[in-house]
Amino acid sequence: MVGKGIIKGMVETARNFLGSYVSKQRLTTIQYPEERAPQIEAARNFPFLVFDGTDAEQGLRCVACQICEKECPPKCIFIEKSKDKKPDATGKMQFYPATFNIDISVCMSCQICVEVCPFDSIKMDVVYDLSNNDRFAGLLLHKQQLAKSNEYYNTIHPTEAAAVDAHFAEERAKAAARVKAAAEAKLAAEAKAATDAKAKSETTLADTQAQPVGGGTR
Amino acid sequence: MNLKLDQLDQIFVILNNWLLGYLPPVVRPLCSSILAIALILVTFALLFAITTVLERKGLGRIQNRFGPNRVGPCGFLQPIADGIKSLTKEDIVPNPADHVVHFLAPVLLVAAAFMAYAVLPIGRNMILVDMNAGVLYFFAIGSLMELAVFMAGWSSRSKYSLLGAMRAIAQMISYEVPLVLASIVVIMQSGSLSTVSIVNMQATYTGIWPHWFVFTPWGFAGFALFMIAATAESNRSPFDLPEGESEIIAGYYTEYSGFKFALFFLGEYIGMFATSAMAITLFLGGWSAPFSFLTWIPSYFWFFAKLLTIILTFIWVRGTLPRLRMDQLMNLAWEFMLPMTLLNLLTAGVWHFMPAGALRWLICGAMVVVPCILLSRGLKQRKKFQVRKYRFSE
Ligand code: SF4
Ligand code: SF4
Repeated sequence: MVGKGIIKGMVETARNFLGSYVSKQRLTTIQYPEERAPQIEAARNFPFLVFDGTDAEQGLRCVACQICEKECPPKCIFIEKSKDKKPDATGKMQFYPATFNIDISVCMSCQICVEVCPFDSIKMDVVYDLSNNDRFAGLLLHKQQLAKSNEYYNTIHPTEAAAVDAHFAEERAKAAARVKAAAEAKLAAEAKAATDAKAKSETTLADTQAQPVGGGTR
Repeated sequence: MNLKLDQLDQIFVILNNWLLGYLPPVVRPLCSSILAIALILVTFALLFAITTVLERKGLGRIQNRFGPNRVGPCGFLQPIADGIKSLTKEDIVPNPADHVVHFLAPVLLVAAAFMAYAVLPIGRNMILVDMNAGVLYFFAIGSLMELAVFMAGWSSRSKYSLLGAMRAIAQMISYEVPLVLASIVVIMQSGSLSTVSIVNMQATYTGIWPHWFVFTPWGFAGFALFMIAATAESNRSPFDLPEGESEIIAGYYTEYSGFKFALFFLGEYIGMFATSAMAITLFLGGWSAPFSFLTWIPSYFWFFAKLLTIILTFIWVRGTLPRLRMDQLMNLAWEFMLPMTLLNLLTAGVWHFMPAGALRWLICGAMVVVPCILLSRGLKQRKKFQVRKYRFSE
């Protein structure tokens, strides 16, 4: 019949119209500021710096090696190395970044900085509501804004963070073993030195005792 | 009680007379017109605002979205936000454009759209001018809108505008023919070109049933044809070819921005309301109530109820049907609409000269239904699906 398709279509749209008032499942829209879509784990947008423990300054993993700064394709990272040193994540004395800025208006979210960082200290974040009144200063993130805790990292990328944590635990264990070995070696060395010194002093004593003999002979 | 209801029905007329009583008799006709014009402008601009939000919400719901729901309760203040936005936007005129014509086009469009309301009876005794050639005036003013479209397309000096205007004008002129022919049946039957007497003729009842022209075979066919042509005339989906986003951007108003752009929208919607109101006047009994026992409800209420129903149907159709192709559009106009309207004229003549009864219904009904089916069958069969041959690309 003429117009059957049209009537069928009209019925379909009418069903959609009424259905959208009856069943909430039909509405796929998420009312953004109030509700948010669940984040998928692989989501990423801009990098942030991870710190361990509670103090962002002390726990910052970054050692200001500046590899990421050199590798970043659009050159949006700026780092200034500190003069002094502080212990890094594994307890080794290292430099730390006195300044660490990322201009996220330039960043292209390529994740290269994350790939190259040898210290697992820079990772990709998932926050997306970054709109700002000031498009220059407002989008230049400083160290204070970039530093986020390891717990936060664990919540946004659990699998990845667990691997990193395991790796760090291993490193720390190794470092501890090294420290212990070093301490033992030191102890041993000290003991050796002590015995050596003793032996030496004894020999010197003997020498000194023997000296006058030689001297006497001279 | 009856007197009170009558007063409610005539409240605008009474108020008008009361206000004019304070003026010297010389200026009374002028002031009366100005008052009525102001009222019409405000009412239909408001209706435009309501329609935009209804349309956006309705389309949203049809597509399982929310539609605007932020500004005001349920998003109903959205038109105010839209208005402020379009008022504060920069008004860009292309450098090579003809500035005067470019400026005049949207103004003319809106003016022409509003001028059509002069002959539309909004309620009992509520009409600006009861012209004895009202229907003719209405269609004459309607063709002014084509001029505005042409001015907009030509003065912009842009290929998209020009092509859009060309499409729009081709479409509007093609559909003007069935539009006028579909309304002629009513003029034949009522023997008058005055909108008031056409409505008066329909506002009578047999039992509880009104004598609307839509309740006759030729009236129903005429109404359907009129509405299809009106959809095309006001560039509404599925005939919204003048604005193909992927091909010619926004058509003839591509080069418009800011409030002039909004004026085009206003003009288009006002024109759509005007043609819908004309359809109501011609076929749906104007301001008359659908049942004799409902006549106590004020006449303007019925007019706006009918208008809103038609607007909602327009929105529904827009949410359903995809856009036609240019050749389909033209074929529909010249190969289906035109023969159907001409046959409908014949049907109306037969109806007029046959004695009332079931036989008249049967014959006239057959005269409408059979050609409709045959014509659409014929159109379908002519379509041969085959691999298309391109003349130049091989
Ligand atoms: S994600 Fe890419 S662009 Fe952004 S800071 Fe890292 S290396 Fe630079
Ligand atoms: S974030 Fe990583 S690569 Fe960049 S300076 Fe710090 S430690 Fe080096």
